[in-house]
Amino acid sequence: MSIKEQIREKLGSKVIDWYQHSSRRIYVSIKPKDIREVASLLFNELKLRFSIATGLDTPKGFEILYHFNFDKSGEIISLRVLLEDKKNPQIDSLATLFPAAEWIEREMWELLGINFIGHPNLKRLLLSDEWPEGKYPLRHQQ
Amino acid sequence: MSHKVVIPIGPYHPLQEEPEFFRLYVEGERVVDIDIIIGYNHRGIEELSEHKHFDQVAFLVERICGICSTSHPFAFCLAVEDLAKIEVPERALYIRTIIAEMERIHSHLLWLGLAGHFIGYNTVWMWAWKYREPILDCFEMITGNRNHYAMMKIGGVRRDIKDEDIPALKKALDDLVPAVDMFKGAVMDDPVIQARLKGIGILTKQQAIDWAVVGPTARASGINIDVRRDDPYGAYDRVSWNVIAEKDGDIFAKTVVRILELYESISIIRQCLDKMPKGEIDANVKDIPAGEGIGRVEAPRGECFHYVRSDGTNRPIRHKIRAPSYMNVASNKVAAVGQTISDTTITLAAVDPCYCCTERVVVLDKATDKKIMNGWDLIKLSQEKTEQLKKTIGGKS
Repeated sequence: MSIKEQIREKLGSKVIDWYQHSSRRIYVSIKPKDIREVASLLFNELKLRFSIATGLDTPKGFEILYHFNFDKSGEIISLRVLLEDKKNPQIDSLATLFPAAEWIEREMWELLGINFIGHPNLKRLLLSDEWPEGKYPLRHQQ
Repeated sequence: MSHKVVIPIGPYHPLQEEPEFFRLYVEGERVVDIDIIIGYNHRGIEELSEHKHFDQVAFLVERICGICSTSHPFAFCLAVEDLAKIEVPERALYIRTIIAEMERIHSHLLWLGLAGHFIGYNTVWMWAWKYREPILDCFEMITGNRNHYAMMKIGGVRRDIKDEDIPALKKALDDLVPAVDMFKGAVMDDPVIQARLKGIGILTKQQAIDWAVVGPTARASGINIDVRRDDPYGAYDRVSWNVIAEKDGDIFAKTVVRILELYESISIIRQCLDKMPKGEIDANVKDIPAGEGIGRVEAPRGECFHYVRSDGTNRPIRHKIRAPSYMNVASNKVAAVGQTISDTTITLAAVDPCYCCTERVVVLDKATDKKIMNGWDLIKLSQEKTEQLKKTIGGKS
């Protein structure tokens, strides 16, 4: 069974949308509350590699794409979550599942103002100490 | 971040990419904890990219790094080509591959020189950089620039490789082979280098998985990944070559991986030069539709990842960039702890960040938080350790 089929079977009804853009680029939308469970399944059980996460400010809310790689086939599975509460965006942290997520969550926290619940070390990564509180450079409407 | 004031003494090189600051906590000789502080050179390129049109972004991201300056525009172009489903002409694929492999050669030689310097082999430093020069000359001949070659564009490449330039490039590669043989022999056979690098700065396979490291750092720890083979782009699936992987995860393994990769890069370029067909070098892309795309290339330091989203205008609305060192540098948190201070500089340098990184190191006494050493002291300490070993083991100088 290919990795795509395995993921699809294991996620079951957690998949809101499954979109295959090209032969090795797959986007899977899930609910924000499922992120830890799904990420743990991909990383720990199916042994996918965590590449990075992309945070976006969209009119509908904050979107996060968690890019996981299956290196044996070169496929990138991007988990997509939408945080609709733009005033108080938050999601469970993945940094306790695998340390590779620690820096990127700090980055999304400081640049987009998304709170990562349970992050062990949520402090600034790139911005200087002098940068004003509550200003998020990657937000489109301040 | 704590607000203790720590002033590192020693030169800053804000023009180099990736300046980091490592705050080491030591007990006696041993490193017990490490704070990694980055962001000194954060230029907001992801945000800037949202204000440039697609053609300009290729130039912008080329400036992210002066050493792997073709990897970022390459990955960006692949992301946009994935987004818009653009077919790149065959000849352009080969030219892209040649440029990317030339970059790997000069980057690995640069690292080899610095690694030699850090452990007190200044001859290796001078020689590695001497043999790097002809490659930079070839870059100048082909692209007009020794660095920031501006070869990549969405849909192809900006310049062709002229037939009359090919013999000079082939000769430069032929001349490089004996030099790589020499470096390989020097590293593999020297008992002092082995004593300095074997079993030092180990990143175990499990740690490498947990920290999701990439490139030679991952391959030295027994993780057989390489974007060039796993998610082929350019002409890598049209030539034959090997992924170099080692098992031990120490600095010696990382060095061996990089040296052996030089042979593979030389072989890839030679094959590309022979197989490259004549024809167009640009798909002449006009508009970028709405959508999203991911591009990644195997930069000299590992997977370079670009995500681009477009809303159908002439600018990206989001452009995420993840350089390989972002993952690799973070893993120093485990690789450097437990080492002696004299092995710290080479351990931190083993993931191949920029050399200014280690100049931002200071050593603090765990009990008093007092600064006791800076980066230059550490390099000196590392070099002295090699001198001591040379006296006891009697290696070559």
